[in-house]
Amino acid sequence: MNLALLRKILWVLVGVAALSFAMLLLWDSYRSEQGSDEPQVFRAAFELTDHQGIVRTQADFAGRWMLVFFGFANCPDVCPTTLSEVAAVMDLLGNDAEQVQPLFISIDPERDTPEVLADFVPRFDAGIIGLTGTPAQIALTSDTFHIFFERIEEASAPDGYTMGHSSQLFLFNPDAGYTTSWQYGTPAEEILVELREYME
Amino acid sequence: MKRVTLVMPLALVTVLAAPVAALAGSEDVEIENAWARASISTSRPGAAYLTVRNTGDVAVTLTGLATPLAMMPEIHETTVTAEGISSMAPAGEITIQAGETVALEPGGLHAMLMGLQSPMTEGDSFPLTLTFSDGGDVTVDVPILGIAARGPEG
Repeated sequence: MNLALLRKILWVLVGVAALSFAMLLLWDSYRSEQGSDEPQVFRAAFELTDHQGIVRTQADFAGRWMLVFFGFANCPDVCPTTLSEVAAVMDLLGNDAEQVQPLFISIDPERDTPEVLADFVPRFDAGIIGLTGTPAQIALTSDTFHIFFERIEEASAPDGYTMGHSSQLFLFNPDAGYTTSWQYGTPAEEILVELREYME
Repeated sequence: MKRVTLVMPLALVTVLAAPVAALAGSEDVEIENAWARASISTSRPGAAYLTVRNTGDVAVTLTGLATPLAMMPEIHETTVTAEGISSMAPAGEITIQAGETVALEPGGLHAMLMGLQSPMTEGDSFPLTLTFSDGGDVTVDVPILGIAARGPEG
C-alpha cells in the first residue's frame, strides 16, 4: 500500500469519527430540547382504555390519590424497576393503600393493546391499572400531562424500535391536581415518606 | 507537510482505537450479585443484572454475552436526561480498568435478553456467559427473581 492511499484511508477514518461525534452532540442537544417541558400546575385529564378493556377517565379515580407512570410493556429495565418501586410503596402503605390508585399509561399504543397490558401490570400484584389508547389518545394524554415520548429506531431492538419517555412518577391529589413528581430511581421508602406527608 | 498530513490522522486513529486495544486478564474477572426479573412469556425482552469485578492488574474489555436462554443477549444502557426522559441503546464494549468494578443494575447498564427461548420463571436460573477481548469468558448462574424484585435480594 502506498503512503498516499494510506493517508487517504486514515483521513476518511478521522472524518467518520468526527462526523459521528458531531451527530452525537447534535442528537443530545435535540433530545434535551425536546424534554424541556417541566410539569406545571395542571390537572390529570385522560380518556383511555384500561387493561380490562374498560374506558376510564380521571373521574373514575376522584377522591383517591393517583400515582402515574408512563412507559411501555416492552421496556425491560426502567418500567419494571419503577413499577416494582410502586408495588413496594403500595405494600408499605398498608391499609392506606386503598386511598391510592397506581396507573401505568402506555406511550407505545402500537404494541400495548389492553390484552398486552393485562399480561403485564397485574403481575406486580399492586392493584396497578394499565391504560392505553389510540395513538391520537396517547398523544393528547402526553400533552395534558406535559410528558415527552418518542419512538427510537433501533435495529437490534424487538420490532426494530424502542421508546424514549419521561420516567418520573407523578402524584395527583384526590381532585386530580398535580402535586409532585419523583425522579426515576427514587427508592420506595423515600416516596412513601413524602406521600404520607401529602396524604395527611 | 506530507509527513504531517500522514502523522496527524494516524495519531488520531490511534487515540480513537486505544480503548479497544485487547488486553489479557479475563481470568481475574469475578461476577457478583447476578439476578434477573421474571419475564412475561417469551414475546418481550428480559433483563439481567450483575457486577463485574476486575481483580487483576490489567484492564479487561467485555465484548459480548451468550446464553441458551436468549437468541440475542446484548448489553444495553438506559440513560435518563436531566428532564427525566429515559431511553435505551446498545452499550457496545465495556472496559473495566484494573481493580475496578462495573455494575449492571436497574436504570443503567443491563444485559438485555432478546429472543427468549423460554419464559423466565421465578425460582429458575440460567447460565450467562460474558466474553472478553482476550478470548476468555466467564459463565455465571443467574437466579430469576419475581417481576417486582428490586435487587439481588429480591
